[in-house]
Amino acid sequence: MKRIEDCEELAKIADELRIDILEMLHTAGSGHTGGSLSAIDILTALYFSKMNHKPGMENGAERDRFVLSKGHGAPALYVTLARCGYFDKSELASLRKLGSMLSGHPYSPSTPGVEVTTGSLGQGLSIANGMALGLKLDQSKSVIFCLMGDGETQEGQVWEAAMTSAHYKLDNLVAILDNNGLQIDGFVKDVMGIEPIGDKWRAFGWEVIEIDGHDMSALLGAIDKAVAVKGKPSLIWAHTVKGKGVSFMENKASYHGAAPTAKELEMAKKELNPA
Amino acid sequence: MRKTCLNSVYDLARRDDRVIFIGSDLGVSTLDEFKNNIPERFFMEGISEQHIIGMAAGLAMEGNIPYVNTISVFLTRRCFEQIVLDLCLHNLNVRLIGNGGGLVYAPLGPTHLAVEDIAILRTIPNMTILAPADAKEIARLMELTIEHDGPVYIRLAKGGDHIVTPDDQEYKIGKSIRVREGKDILIITTGVTLQISLDAARSLASKGVEAGILHIHTIKPLDTKAIIERLAEVPALITVEEGTVIGGLGSSVAEIVAEADFGQPKKFKRIGVPDTFSDNFGSQKELMEGFGITAANVAQTALELIDVKSG
Ligand SMILES: Cc1ncc(C[n+]2csc(CCOP(=O)(O)OP(=O)(O)O)c2C)c(N)n1
Repeated sequence: MKRIEDCEELAKIADELRIDILEMLHTAGSGHTGGSLSAIDILTALYFSKMNHKPGMENGAERDRFVLSKGHGAPALYVTLARCGYFDKSELASLRKLGSMLSGHPYSPSTPGVEVTTGSLGQGLSIANGMALGLKLDQSKSVIFCLMGDGETQEGQVWEAAMTSAHYKLDNLVAILDNNGLQIDGFVKDVMGIEPIGDKWRAFGWEVIEIDGHDMSALLGAIDKAVAVKGKPSLIWAHTVKGKGVSFMENKASYHGAAPTAKELEMAKKELNPA
Repeated sequence: MRKTCLNSVYDLARRDDRVIFIGSDLGVSTLDEFKNNIPERFFMEGISEQHIIGMAAGLAMEGNIPYVNTISVFLTRRCFEQIVLDLCLHNLNVRLIGNGGGLVYAPLGPTHLAVEDIAILRTIPNMTILAPADAKEIARLMELTIEHDGPVYIRLAKGGDHIVTPDDQEYKIGKSIRVREGKDILIITTGVTLQISLDAARSLASKGVEAGILHIHTIKPLDTKAIIERLAEVPALITVEEGTVIGGLGSSVAEIVAEADFGQPKKFKRIGVPDTFSDNFGSQKELMEGFGITAANVAQTALELIDVKSG
């Protein structure tokens, strides 16, 4: 795919994808809104600027791989893949319906461009480790990106995996933490605090790059920096806002798994596309 | 059996560079040669079974064939979800080699017993389950695992078992082995309880009862056709296994019997671990005796079944 470097153009794409997410979820009548909106800038930076990938080379050895460990962010992945051309945008309207290629969580057998089936939190980084080891065995230059939720890192398996990535010096692995501060039940800090995040990952042997996960130029810079790190895995610690871009959804746990109503969709579209 | 199995992994790795070994904190001197000669494909992980399943999945996605080895119960009971989602759903070429299937680790207590491994794994689509009876059979089956498509669970016994599997039959994943002919009753067995079944059949023969034995080294996919064919020839059957009777081999055969139309109903008993935790420790043999997984009990049960039938 052509790589876009212009941050304004990327930010515009991300906002258009936000509208796609909201329309898709509204049509489906259910789905994960908040965590998709917090992650979409990250996905935009990866798929439209930094990752080596293209529709038709889903199995190409030289592609970079993306593992959506927070599988409930599927809507963000689907709109991104559709815009890249992995499948037709009209498919988005079939989300969660019988016969659709789009499951509520990423399901690799049916959706072109989805690398790994996820949805059970805490498992993606282990798989990403295996892929990274496999790529090293093949002396491949490809990079694995793995996106996790902050609540997700309460899962013990994440830390087994984190330990392993560092042990094997998997510098072809970049994990990204979508640190929107919320999980289903409320704020992560109230449910089960995970701080100090940076210290934890550094103590586990990772390079930690802390950024504003909605600042496109920071994202592009962080990805470049993470890919360039040698001898250890990198974590892009992205501070994000759950529901980002739609004022009445921002920072609200209630929009974790709620689709927008028709009225909410109209209001959201006005905010995202004022013209 | 374990030594033979691990040696096979090394043999396979020397011939095929897709083969990878992954252990979890095992002191396996058996594999020193592997580790020294092919270090880049030898992984000794920490105590992190769930993670290992995911990592093996990732390696398999990149075209490798990981052979994962650790204690059976931790591989199956703890990692059930990872096995379902990471391995079976993606239908990946990962081989799980479980040490101490069944009651092998009896002295260590219930935390270490793998009695429901077969029952739970059998419910997962794409899964293949192997339970060999002796070292010779594991060597034969290991050869077949390299070209097999999809995930495989290999249940290892304690080792040092008598060689009882016949040489004159074809070994194929999914194909049962006719170990003994007999028209009075059929004993269907898997893993090391083949030895118990053979002893039982000999004792029955001395009483004039001819027991056939069908050995099932592949519990999934099950050789349904052969089971039905053999059952058509006998009035009664017993299943024998070193695992829970709920969902294991006995249940699998019961499902076949229930749906097949033999005209005449079959007399049927399942022998295995009953629906209870064992509060005995002791040895594997002692626990097996406690649960009636013995040649004497198989023979006695056979006599009762046949008597009931003729009486
Ligand atoms: C193993 C597992 N447990 C529970 C869930 C249900 N669940 C889905 S999303 C979620 C909260 C995730 O929070 P976080 O990782 O912070 O994601 P985000 O806030 O970015 O949506 C939970 C508990 C799950 N999918 N998997």
